[in-house]
Amino acid sequence: MELVAAAALGKFIGAGLAAIGSGAAAIGVGHVAGNFLAGALRNPSAAGGQTATLFIGLAFAEALGIFAFLVALLLMFAV
Amino acid sequence: MAAEAQSEGSSLVFHPLDQFIVKPLFGEGPVQWYTPTNVTLWMALAVLAIVAIFVIGTRGRAIIPTRVQSVAEVLYGFIYKMIEDVTGHDGVKFFPYIMTLFLFILFGNYLGLLPKSFTTTSHIAVTAVLGFGVFFAVTIIGFIKNGPSFLGLFWMSDAPLILRPIIAVIEVISYFVRPVSHSIRLAGNIMAGHAVMKVFAGFAAIAAISPVSVAAIVAIYGLEVLVAFIQAYVFTILTCVYLKDALHPGH
Repeated sequence: MELVAAAALGKFIGAGLAAIGSGAAAIGVGHVAGNFLAGALRNPSAAGGQTATLFIGLAFAEALGIFAFLVALLLMFAV
Repeated sequence: MAAEAQSEGSSLVFHPLDQFIVKPLFGEGPVQWYTPTNVTLWMALAVLAIVAIFVIGTRGRAIIPTRVQSVAEVLYGFIYKMIEDVTGHDGVKFFPYIMTLFLFILFGNYLGLLPKSFTTTSHIAVTAVLGFGVFFAVTIIGFIKNGPSFLGLFWMSDAPLILRPIIAVIEVISYFVRPVSHSIRLAGNIMAGHAVMKVFAGFAAIAAISPVSVAAIVAIYGLEVLVAFIQAYVFTILTCVYLKDALHPGH
């Protein structure tokens, strides 16, 4: 009985730890957007051609946050 | 899994993930492969909406476009320019495939934002088919176009010789992870957004915080309208990037 309770506790702790990954992904997304803006303000004429690269960078950074969220969801509902 | 959380004494009236359950359209019973479900309905509606926009939009072909015609022209021009910018001119012959992917995901996302609707792109099964379809198509195109020299994609000839085997291993792994991340990114983003909206909808039942949570739902809905477009755009542009790798593996 205590083992079951410990497993349920671990599930919630693990899901909470996985949520840290979302915050880390937020830092990454902020880096991408901030550095793009810093570069774009130095050379605004070159910025228009780089929006595709910006979105690819954002997508890659954001995907890892989504993976962390997925781990949290799996722990909460599937395990 | 929803019932299990309910029995654990969840305070929500409904479960935030209930909206993703696949149900048969008519009656109850197990879902077979031929059963018409809510997924079938909303996929069919997405396809009908796309066909309607393009049939009605291109019927007049006026010099001064009508509203529907300008929507169709903007969508066409947007994808055409994206493919030309990313893959170069020889990628344009794959325009129909990429345009179909973009429109299906865009309309799946936007129809899913209607109240009471079902978001087909929130299911990993749907996006995995799209993602693995792109993966196999791109790999086959790469081998047909370049033959065995397509494998040069994994062998960085401008890296130092000692590092090349290590980079090759990393490149192979990242190549095979592509379809997984490609599909999880879309499904995860859409599913997360809708689940967050439902979580705030659950908080709206508590009187003290219900104005805050209604305002939060409005704000998140606005964000989701943006995300729905950006995720369709990202899926499409990553398809273009993978296609560029297949057409020009050298650089």
